[in-house]
Amino acid sequence: MAGQSDPQLSLFSAEEVEFIAEDEMVKIVPNLRMDALNFVCGDFGPFFPQLATQVPLWLAVALKKRGKCTIRPPQWMTVEKLTQVLEAERDSQRVFEQLPFHYVEISRLLFDHARDDIPDVYMVRSLIEDIRDVRFHKVETNLESLNERAFALKINNLSAMEVNIVRPFVGRALQAFYKHDSPDLIPDQDRVSDRRPQVANNATRRHLRR
Amino acid sequence: MASEAGEGSTAGMDDYETLISTTDVELLKKAWRNEKAAPEILRFETSLIQRIRGQIQLMEENIEEFAGSGIDPLTVSLYQMDLDRTQYLFRSYLRIRLQKIEKYMFHISKNPEVQSRLSEQEKGFAIRCADDMERHLEESVLSKLPDNYQDIVKQSIISEESDMIPEPQLDSFVVCKSRRFLGPFQLDGSDELLEMKPDELCIIHYKSIRERVQEGDIDLV
Repeated sequence: MAGQSDPQLSLFSAEEVEFIAEDEMVKIVPNLRMDALNFVCGDFGPFFPQLATQVPLWLAVALKKRGKCTIRPPQWMTVEKLTQVLEAERDSQRVFEQLPFHYVEISRLLFDHARDDIPDVYMVRSLIEDIRDVRFHKVETNLESLNERAFALKINNLSAMEVNIVRPFVGRALQAFYKHDSPDLIPDQDRVSDRRPQVANNATRRHLRR
Repeated sequence: MASEAGEGSTAGMDDYETLISTTDVELLKKAWRNEKAAPEILRFETSLIQRIRGQIQLMEENIEEFAGSGIDPLTVSLYQMDLDRTQYLFRSYLRIRLQKIEKYMFHISKNPEVQSRLSEQEKGFAIRCADDMERHLEESVLSKLPDNYQDIVKQSIISEESDMIPEPQLDSFVVCKSRRFLGPFQLDGSDELLEMKPDELCIIHYKSIRERVQEGDIDLV
């Protein structure tokens, strides 16, 4: 039996990753007066016109859709910051820049619903897409260099969407290496039901990826 | 209406600050993520689920009142959205566990340690599931096989152990993150020591971090 994990059980769909991202906080500027909201997931408000306040992303998008607020794009979503990040990403082969864990989902939601609240939105959008491409390309090249049995892999600064896309492949690849690269003893002829290989661990290596 | 996690949580005392400011929904989200990412079934969060169930019911009643009493529809719809999100997490958590039970039902029925991780209703479900499956297989296939091969869990009478039971793959790789500095600990099956800094992503054997996930030190992503 190959070491296959059931993809149905352990995979997050893209929508679920977005669901998790929707709990991130953003700043909004409401244009109406509303009493405090006592949700199961927390208390927010009260809301006063023109007074900025922090709410979860899903709430911000809901209010924006009904025209009740404007959303302030987060600090990292400016042309200057993103250009910096893009340069840095292009310069290094192995290092991933520090970006919010859910930057893909947050930016997607804001582009879809709050386009007019983002200054230079087309520039920002193309920068983020470039960053995504460069990062993903980096992930792919680094994965190509996986060629021996590793017990653990450390990756810094990968984002949620990237993790989700890469997870099934990396899981199975590492598992296959683990199985096939391990020094087995020849299985005993008599004991049919003994399936566990005796593992002598001389060739272990821990990859540190920055 | 945000209830705070009380004594039901298992985080260490030095996380007290995080503990008292974590809402139940956050805890549910964490439990949901861990359950989704883990290859085996984890311990059932009885008190958390009870609290959430109570809050959901309360919220449903509130919304009905609101809808009737003329509070503006915007507010009502926002409350409804929040309720929907919480209900989604709640149901998905229960469904993932049920899926895992269905998948590993024979393993569970032979393994009291795993059974201790299920809730009462889940235990009943697992037993009924295993019984039904056993009966179905016997009636449709096994009774028609030659005598030596009629057992559900053994390949043949001469097998020494029950080798046809699907078991969770504990050595599959999972992606995880630690919330604080974890001193060097031994990786399963090797002499290497690994340490984890907070918020560093690590892809690692589930076996190596199993206890730590149960204690809440490591989160699966």
